[in-house]
Amino acid sequence: MLVLALDTATPTLVAGLADWSEHGAAEVLAERAVPSGNRHAELLTPAITSVLDDAGLTMGDLDVVVTGLGPGPFTGLRVGVVTAAALADARGLPVFGVCSLDAVGSGARTVVTDARRKEVYWAAYDESGARTDGPGVVRPEDLGRPGPFVGDPAFAGRLGADVATAEVTTAGLLRAAGPQLLDPSSAGPLLPLYLRRPDATPPTAIKAVSQ
Amino acid sequence: MADQPLVLGFETSCDETGVGLVRGHTLLADALATSMAEHERFGGVVPEIASRAHLEAMVPTVHRALADAGATLDDVDAVAVTSGPGLTGALLVGVAAAKAYALALGKPLYGVNHLAAHVAVDELQHGPLAEPSIALLVSGGHSSLLLVPDLAQDVQPLGRTVDDAAGEAFDKVARVLGLPFPGGPPIDKAAREGDPAAIGFPRGLTGPRDAPYDFSFSGLKTAVARWVEARQKAGEQVPVADVAASFQEAVADVLTAKAVRACRDHGVDHLVLGGGVAANSRLRALAEERCAAAGIVLRVPSPRLCTDNGAMVAALGSRLVSSGIAPSLPDLGADSSLPIEVVTA
Ligand SMILES: [Zn+2]
Repeated sequence: MLVLALDTATPTLVAGLADWSEHGAAEVLAERAVPSGNRHAELLTPAITSVLDDAGLTMGDLDVVVTGLGPGPFTGLRVGVVTAAALADARGLPVFGVCSLDAVGSGARTVVTDARRKEVYWAAYDESGARTDGPGVVRPEDLGRPGPFVGDPAFAGRLGADVATAEVTTAGLLRAAGPQLLDPSSAGPLLPLYLRRPDATPPTAIKAVSQ
Repeated sequence: MADQPLVLGFETSCDETGVGLVRGHTLLADALATSMAEHERFGGVVPEIASRAHLEAMVPTVHRALADAGATLDDVDAVAVTSGPGLTGALLVGVAAAKAYALALGKPLYGVNHLAAHVAVDELQHGPLAEPSIALLVSGGHSSLLLVPDLAQDVQPLGRTVDDAAGEAFDKVARVLGLPFPGGPPIDKAAREGDPAAIGFPRGLTGPRDAPYDFSFSGLKTAVARWVEARQKAGEQVPVADVAASFQEAVADVLTAKAVRACRDHGVDHLVLGGGVAANSRLRALAEERCAAAGIVLRVPSPRLCTDNGAMVAALGSRLVSSGIAPSLPDLGADSSLPIEVVTA
């Protein structure tokens, strides 16, 4: 089964193609990790075209779409989620969302990525790679978890521990999507893991407009 | 007609998720989802709430449009999307979706200017635009006067608001009067019972040395608030209908006077209105009156098409395809302050 995997939860967008078999094995055929900053919308569809070209395949060859649901900065995150939803809709394909942190590193670990506002998105995993806690958003000083940490090393100082550099990968996305690929009825809604409410407070009283 | 291309249009620049289908000048579908109710208690559009709503509404709205048009995605010949101006996060949901549909369907993609799309939508009701035309676009997000020699590639800004958009002034005055958000429809309604000459509110930027085509609504808004507060402090009842009618008259007076002057100064005899405020009944009536007196042909889309929608984007896309304009490049993004001169991004 040919899987297109996407993720825009971090400043490095990922587009990958993998051949997935029902035994759970996935062979990555092509992958692009593009440092995008806040230009995910500009660069994601060109990256998809590139991985298809790299693998000598076309849109018509795809069987399923997998996308990271974050957590991550909202604007970029939505670009990936809506792209996956629209591609799948246009081709009549199933689409599955996974927690992006599940696709960072492997084995027993605590994943930390940049949540801005001096906080990290985090999740913890056991030796089998299963998520045991999170995803959450917290100040690194308040995380209070043992390592090993993987993800964004910029937070090593504030965590008081080393952070091994690791990013979202196509293989990681496929691994995280395994249960849904095996049993599509287990798929959840294709909605971002925002973890934060929109910044908006209703006005408390009607203020004089002339002020 | 069937040989004209079918264009799928996306609009997500503010709080409306619009998906339209247009063939030539024929409107086939205009599906809309709005998050307006979610913004109401904040007294204005909250960008993050709008963006979240766009994402959830996107695919279902596409399918409502297809069902309304009796079409399938395979029938689509080109895709158009508002790439600016507007709220960045909101725009990006539409741009990313449109890029994905275009890529998956193997069809050309046009990133288009939201303001030019407000002009293009009139072609769906009144046929090909007379060129040149003057366009007056007024909404909660924009107040612009444009000279349109060629809608597909030559749109020139004449003037714009120097402070608030006209629609914002309606929202703020509605708040002062205790009327609901958005303020346009309730003020229009209240004004019907009022006297437009009751209070002489100021007309901004109408002095002999002021920029002839620019607008200012901040002073008007403040004058209304001061007037109302003075009555409230004196313990008097506020004559809501008279205030609404007098405020609305001041807005309509300035907008139509400047639009007619732009037509006269540029020797143009066609004026197109667009944007949500163009749904205001007094603005439409006064524009008709003054255009008739000046020998100008006035074109105003129905209120439903004046407000933001996907059909206007599809209409402009259709015009671009038929004019042979090159599609956007694969690295198309969103530009919150896309200049009006840029019709295709
Ligand atoms: Zn608009």
